[in-house]
Amino acid sequence: MSTSTEVNPEKPRVGFDAFLLSALWLAGLVTVLWGAAKTDDPLFAVHMGIFALGFTAMLIWLLRRTGRIMGGTIRQTAYEDDIVRVGTILTVFWAVIGLTVGVVIAAQLAFPTTLSFPDIPYLSYGRLRPLHTSAVIFAFGGTALLTTSFYVVQRTTKARLAGGLLPWFVMWGYQLFIVLAATGYVLGITQSREYAEPEWYVDLWLTLVWVVYLLVFLGTIWKRKEPHIYVANWFYLAFIVTIAMLHIVNNLAMPVSFLGTKSYSAFSGVQDALTQWWYGHNAVGFFLTAGFLAMMYYFVPKRAERPVYSYRLSIVHFWTLIFLYIWAGPHHLHYTALPQWAQTLGMTFSLMLWMPSWGGMINGLMTLSGAWDKLRTDPVIRMLVVSVAFYGMSTFEGPLMSVREVNSLSHYTDWTVGHVHSGALGWVGFVSFGAIYCLVPWLWGRKQLYSLALVEWHFWIATIGILLYITAMWVTGIQEGLMWRSYDESGFLQYTFVETVEAKHWLYIVRMLGGVLFLLGALIMAYNVWRTIRGDVHESESAGKPALAGAQPAE
Amino acid sequence: MSRSDKHIDEVSGVETTGHEWDGIRELNNPLPAWWLWVFWVSVAVAIIYWVLLPAWPMVTTNTIGILGSSDRVNVANDMAALEAKRGAMWQQLTSVPLESIESNPALLEFAQKAGGVAFGTNCAGCHGSGAQGAKGYPNLADDVWIWGGKLADIQQTIRFGVRSADPETRQSQMPSFGRDEILTKDQINDVVEFVTTLSGGEANAEAAERGRTVFAEQCTVCHGDDGKGNRELGAPNLTDQEWLYGSDKATLYETVFYARRGVMPAWHERLDDPTIRALAVFVHTRGGGE
Repeated sequence: MSTSTEVNPEKPRVGFDAFLLSALWLAGLVTVLWGAAKTDDPLFAVHMGIFALGFTAMLIWLLRRTGRIMGGTIRQTAYEDDIVRVGTILTVFWAVIGLTVGVVIAAQLAFPTTLSFPDIPYLSYGRLRPLHTSAVIFAFGGTALLTTSFYVVQRTTKARLAGGLLPWFVMWGYQLFIVLAATGYVLGITQSREYAEPEWYVDLWLTLVWVVYLLVFLGTIWKRKEPHIYVANWFYLAFIVTIAMLHIVNNLAMPVSFLGTKSYSAFSGVQDALTQWWYGHNAVGFFLTAGFLAMMYYFVPKRAERPVYSYRLSIVHFWTLIFLYIWAGPHHLHYTALPQWAQTLGMTFSLMLWMPSWGGMINGLMTLSGAWDKLRTDPVIRMLVVSVAFYGMSTFEGPLMSVREVNSLSHYTDWTVGHVHSGALGWVGFVSFGAIYCLVPWLWGRKQLYSLALVEWHFWIATIGILLYITAMWVTGIQEGLMWRSYDESGFLQYTFVETVEAKHWLYIVRMLGGVLFLLGALIMAYNVWRTIRGDVHESESAGKPALAGAQPAE
Repeated sequence: MSRSDKHIDEVSGVETTGHEWDGIRELNNPLPAWWLWVFWVSVAVAIIYWVLLPAWPMVTTNTIGILGSSDRVNVANDMAALEAKRGAMWQQLTSVPLESIESNPALLEFAQKAGGVAFGTNCAGCHGSGAQGAKGYPNLADDVWIWGGKLADIQQTIRFGVRSADPETRQSQMPSFGRDEILTKDQINDVVEFVTTLSGGEANAEAAERGRTVFAEQCTVCHGDDGKGNRELGAPNLTDQEWLYGSDKATLYETVFYARRGVMPAWHERLDDPTIRALAVFVHTRGGGE
């Protein structure tokens, strides 16, 4: 059914949204310039300057955009796809940046004396590590989520994005947040909360951006022309709402001065630690799981041209996942000052989370039934399917590691790092790459990618990279965990800490090579995306292959 | 647009929900039975854990669990077991006078082993795994001692630290002669030249002569008339070849201009008595103990 319900093209106009945005950005510009002038904290002044540059750039963009709208040179389409195109390019860009910084710090860990620069604080591991984590999670992953959510919600509601120019505020505002976070780490501005390092004023800015994101998303769903809300949109919505809550509570803090970078958390001691890991774990749960499951629920069935395996499973695993995830944070604090009862609860909720997590994997994999042959012919669907497989593996490993007895070995070791990367590289990375490979031909109206052979190369190089990475970390993690806890016959520690570090040297090089391969794959993707956007088709593949699914919006 | 017309997927023969979004449909498959079963089993396992172990918060306390498990008790038991494994000599480390440890060969060997492990874990990060030190962190394998090289001195330093937060800490502070404008830059250059001569280095004789006067006025109180230092005050000997931060003139200038304030933590809150005594013996026997 669902016959061609064309979305009514709205008439191009300059509306209230443009005035609202220009007023907001002008007010912001005045505020930050005042802040830069009044502060005696040089780093704060630098950040206010970056704010000012960002606001100015956004104002110039707004003027040009309204000029083009009034001049009638913007072709009004049923869907707002310009923003998805911009977001797709930014996603590829941030992937390359984030992975590059990852390779740099992996090299610093493998060669700690050669690559230590005591006189250049900006290159210290302690500053580059949050730069890497934030660049991959928030810059790459976050932009991928913004971009795909804007695409998917329009397609599955048959409605243009709500809010006129407000989605653009979300996209540009989020990029400004990324730049502020990244420059802050390098300059040494941090509130020392893992995965939430930016200071109070950057947090406030992100809060504003995120609330507008929520409104845009809800507004689009509100004016949908489909009777039901598609499962991908439940997951996107859960991601947006929960991240808002986590971000605000975890970052409750009192600035020392409203003209300075430093603030103090509202929490202290073990309460602070638990708040941090309630946030940290659910950032994994709702940013890196729920958000990317939303992506999976659109792109896997779309690319495979098969129905989602089970509607009922999608409902049950959605609600159990949402309900159980939020309790699991204490498993990051086993054998600490956190009361034992909270540790038991965190662990048991993590165990119960196993099947709800796997519900997404089953729905993803079983959607392929009837189309398994595509794994052979289409490297993009293979990438998506392997991402779901890695998702299944790391959501089994997670509950396993949350068991206190296992955690007493794995905690603080590289096993955790390996676990995170099988999820980050295998699941988040591959599902996003798969989505990008789907989106680029659709968005730029190309019949096919520049080269599927290059996707094939990307797939294999990156897969080998992931395997090198996680096996190296399993070995070093379990090895150092065992070394830390081994006592000699007279009751003294068998190894000093530095001996456990030295023992990891060669496997750290292997890990670095894994990272290099994964980065190489992303570079191949960037090239492929660029050539596709240009409209090129590799000569060996131009022989009129059938257009892949979704080259046209359905119907 | 309610859709009463159910739709059957041709490939699987399964009915869909009748919904469609952008060409995507959903099959009406039931929950996989194994999935549901494993989920309920994991819930059952969780409930068993809640019955056995401390789990749920109550108004003033929490459920204890029928096993009576307590992390605090477990840690105490583990520590007791470890002490038992270490045996009688572990107790002897504290029961005999510190000075007598080294005259009992078996106890000395035991102390060196225990001290070596503790050193590798707690001290090597700054002092190096061979106790050889680094810039700003004294070499403990030579016979140059800032605060004294007797067993009791070493133990005191380990226990309370240097410029630590502990009230018993070893405490001294060289003035920041340049930053606090006690001396001019020229005077500092002169005194650097003079100090260089104390350890036999090459210096501008004229400047060094001027520096001698500055040294006599400002430095001898702590470093002594002859520049040989004073362990009571932690003032280093300036006439030997051992330099904590470096003996080149730029480094010496920096030292006099800003002063140094290296910190060592007080370890008595983190390490128990036998470990501290074993560490003192270990450091004392590295080669330079007095």
